Order: sequence, then C-alpha cells, then structure tokens
Amino acid sequence: MAKITYSRTDGTSDTVDVPVGSTVMRGAVLNGVRGVVGECGGAGQCGTCHVFVDAGDADRVTPLHPLESEVLDTTAVPRRPTSRLGCQIPVGEELDSLEVKLPDYQLPPV
Amino acid sequence: MTGRPIVVVGGGQAGLQAALSLREHGFEGRLDVVCAESEAPYDRPPLSKRFLAGTAGTDDLTLRAPAFLDDRRISLVQDTHAVAVDRADASVALSSGGSLPYDRLILATGSTPRHLPVPGSAHPAVRVLRTVDDATRLRTKLQPGSRVVVIGAGFTGLEVSATARGLGCEVTVVEALDRVIARALSRPVSEHLLRLHRENGVRILFGRQVTALDGVPREAAVEVLLADGTRLPADVVVVGVGVRPETALAETAGLDVADGVVVDEHLRTGDPRIHAIGDCARFPDPAGTGSLRLESVQNATDQGKYVAAFLMGADAPGYTAVPWFWTDQYAAKLQIAGLTTGHDRCETDGDPASGRFSVRCYQGGRLLGVESVNRPADHIKARRELAALRAPAAAAAAAV
Repeated sequence: MAKITYSRTDGTSDTVDVPVGSTVMRGAVLNGVRGVVGECGGAGQCGTCHVFVDAGDADRVTPLHPLESEVLDTTAVPRRPTSRLGCQIPVGEELDSLEVKLPDYQLPPV
Repeated sequence: MTGRPIVVVGGGQAGLQAALSLREHGFEGRLDVVCAESEAPYDRPPLSKRFLAGTAGTDDLTLRAPAFLDDRRISLVQDTHAVAVDRADASVALSSGGSLPYDRLILATGSTPRHLPVPGSAHPAVRVLRTVDDATRLRTKLQPGSRVVVIGAGFTGLEVSATARGLGCEVTVVEALDRVIARALSRPVSEHLLRLHRENGVRILFGRQVTALDGVPREAAVEVLLADGTRLPADVVVVGVGVRPETALAETAGLDVADGVVVDEHLRTGDPRIHAIGDCARFPDPAGTGSLRLESVQNATDQGKYVAAFLMGADAPGYTAVPWFWTDQYAAKLQIAGLTTGHDRCETDGDPASGRFSVRCYQGGRLLGVESVNRPADHIKARRELAALRAPAAAAAAAV
C-alpha cells in the first residue's frame, strides 16, 4: 500500500491507501475521490484523470510517454509542466506519501 | 423524489453509474442495485485485453471499493436475478424469493453474446467472452501453441486475437464479410487493423461461413467446418458474433421492446416510472431520425448520469451525448468519435503507414465521426466538434 493524497484547489483533499500495482487514477476512482473521472478506465485515451505532480516528486514517478503527452494537450484544464495522467502512473511503495494536485475540472464545461 | 426507493436492475457500468450519480445529485432514499453476477460491478473492457493476457487480476477490474459503496448507502444485491416486474404493485421480484418495492425503476440489464446457430455450438471448447468468469476460463485455454479459432472479426474477436497472439497461440479468424469490423469502421482503418493482425501472424479468412462445429463431446479439441469444405482444428473456439440486448424482464412486464427496450429522449419507457439505459436500451438518435442501441462504456456511463440527473429534476433536455469507442490491439490505440456507419466520403489525415492517422467520415457533407489511430488529440477534438454540431446553442453559451 502507498498513501496518496489528492488535493483540490478549494483546499480540500482526500488521502487513500492505494494498493501496489494499481495506478494513481484507480486509487482515486475506486474510493470516489472527487475531481478524478477516469472515463476510459485507464486506457490513457480520455484525459479525465489529469493530475499535477510537483517538480520535486517528478523522479519518483514513471516518465511521461509521448502518447500520454499528446492526450495532455487536450485536457479540460490546460496542461502545465507538472501535468500527468493518473492512469499512466503505476503505484509502488516508493510513492508512499505522494501528494498530487487536481485541476478544477476534468471534463470541458458544457 | 429524494426519499422514495429506486431500484436499479443490472450491476454493470450503466447501473452502477446511475446509482453513483443519484447520490451525487442528493438522492437520499433506499437505493438497490440488483446484480446477476456474484462479482461486484467491474470494468469489462480489460477482459479481452489485460485480464485475458494475465497482466491484470480481478482486483484490478473493480469499479468502486465496497467501503465506498457502503458509505454512499448503495446496496448491491449480488448473485441475484430480477425475475419479474409488477408494475401495478411497483415492485421487482427477485430470484432469491424476495421483492423490492420501487418508486422509480432503472433497467440496466445489459446484453448477452449471441451464439452460433450451427450444430455443435454447445461443445465445451466453444466459448464466448462477456463476464469475468468467461475470461478466467478462456485464459486457461490460451497456452503457447494452442490453436485458437475466432469466429467474427469484430471488436471482441480482434481483441481476443491480439491477446492470444501475445500469449503465443496460433490464431485463425473466420469472418463472413470481406473486411474486419466492416459494419463500424471506414475502409482505411479496417485495412490498417487487418495489416497489423497479419504482421502479427494472425490468419484471417474472409467471406466464409461456419456450418458446424464438429467434436467428440468429451474431447478437448473441436473442428470448425466452413461452407467451402475447409476444416479448422481448434483447441478453443471463441465466438464473437455480436450481442443481443437483455430484454426479457421488460418484455414480460409488457414494455415496448424492439431489439432493445424502447425509450424516449429521456430514456423513459412507456411506463413513466421505468427507465432503461446502457446496452439494453433503444433510444432516439440525437443526430438523426431513427433510433440507436449502443454497446459501449461511454453509452453506459453517460446514460447512467443522464437518468440520474433527469430523475433528480435537473432541467434536462433530451439525451444527446456524442458516442465514442476505443479498442487497443497490439500497439494501436483506435478511438472512434461519433458513429461513422453510412458515411459516403472519408478523408485521411496522416499516413497510415506511420501507424498514426485519423479518418474523418462524412455523409452528404455532414461530419458523422472521426476514427483515430494513435492520435488521441484528434479524437478528443473530434468529440468536442461533434458535440458542438449537436448543440450549437449550448456550445456557444459555454464559450462565453
């Protein structure tokens, strides 16, 4: 298990135990963390598990894949240098106590 | 509408989403989800991919943690079938012998694989893939060197073929039409998938009809007999010839059924207290004049969300979500926005030989949909473009 904290811009956050071998997206969705959608179930296809990983934590997570980067170009809240897709970050013990920040929304407002 | 019981029949993506969204909209009454399977609601797309390959387990499929569902007071009635709806009494009879009263009933009964209507199709080596049980049992048959015959070059058949090749099986696909996913894909994308499968060593036979499955009942192997006399020996046969909607409950309740439970633009059956969503529902085509029945995660979740918003009194015009689909085969991620069936012209953007391209499909100058291979940005932009075409006023308002 790794404890991962999902922080929202309104100052609220959820900390959940995510099993090793799962992903940052699944940890959130399984436990109903508000602010992560994961529409495609983790196929890296929808861009609705957008998270920000602080630069200081960048070397703890797996590197950005080119197709992931392309999806990040289309997220509802525009990408930043720290943007990642939660579904593309596998969880291992080394991510224990990681905090990710969530964008204001995952789906474009209609 | 905040305190009376709601019953959801079906514990797939659609049923679970409806329950979750009802709670998000503040529904406080009793909320039961009747699940035919013993598993809690799970994610089906990996069944033909990561789960079948053995790189994902049952735990990786769970859609929501049990503790979270308890916390939301969403009660799963597992391993139980809804056997009858008493509309006069407003209750659902269960296979366990009990019954559940409802104020509103949501049918999310899903679909079931079609079987081959040929002799021998009940042989134990002949399989379909729908449930985690099906996938678990199929997985044990996919050993290096196993002879796998896949009947039907649709999404499921091709995904199983790609996974089986990855596991070292010998794979032959038998397709009645002249190309892969002929009903749902443009020719350039269909040809690209065919090339990928051939490069990966899958043999595909087009324009062939299966006439029988010939096997000794207690022996593991079977032979697939084709109309032209070909005999294909197989250790396992996977039938992927489409699904039929689960409509028996609606039919016996006297609701209108026509290849799906017929609903209006609010996903409501002829009985205003009963809705139908997901694979089992036939709804008015928001982009056309006919009706649609779609089998996809997107359709299930969007209809689940819609029905919850509608029941909770959100100011809801009709259901208009843009359909989208995806499939992963080898290194190709194919994404489809909209429904491209019936297009009369298509434009290819990018070089298929590069493995990254999109095909825009039109009918009479109107964009029907876009198919993208390893071009996720094109896909997401296409979904927005199609949504704007459907609701120009809403899109203009959102842009302000």
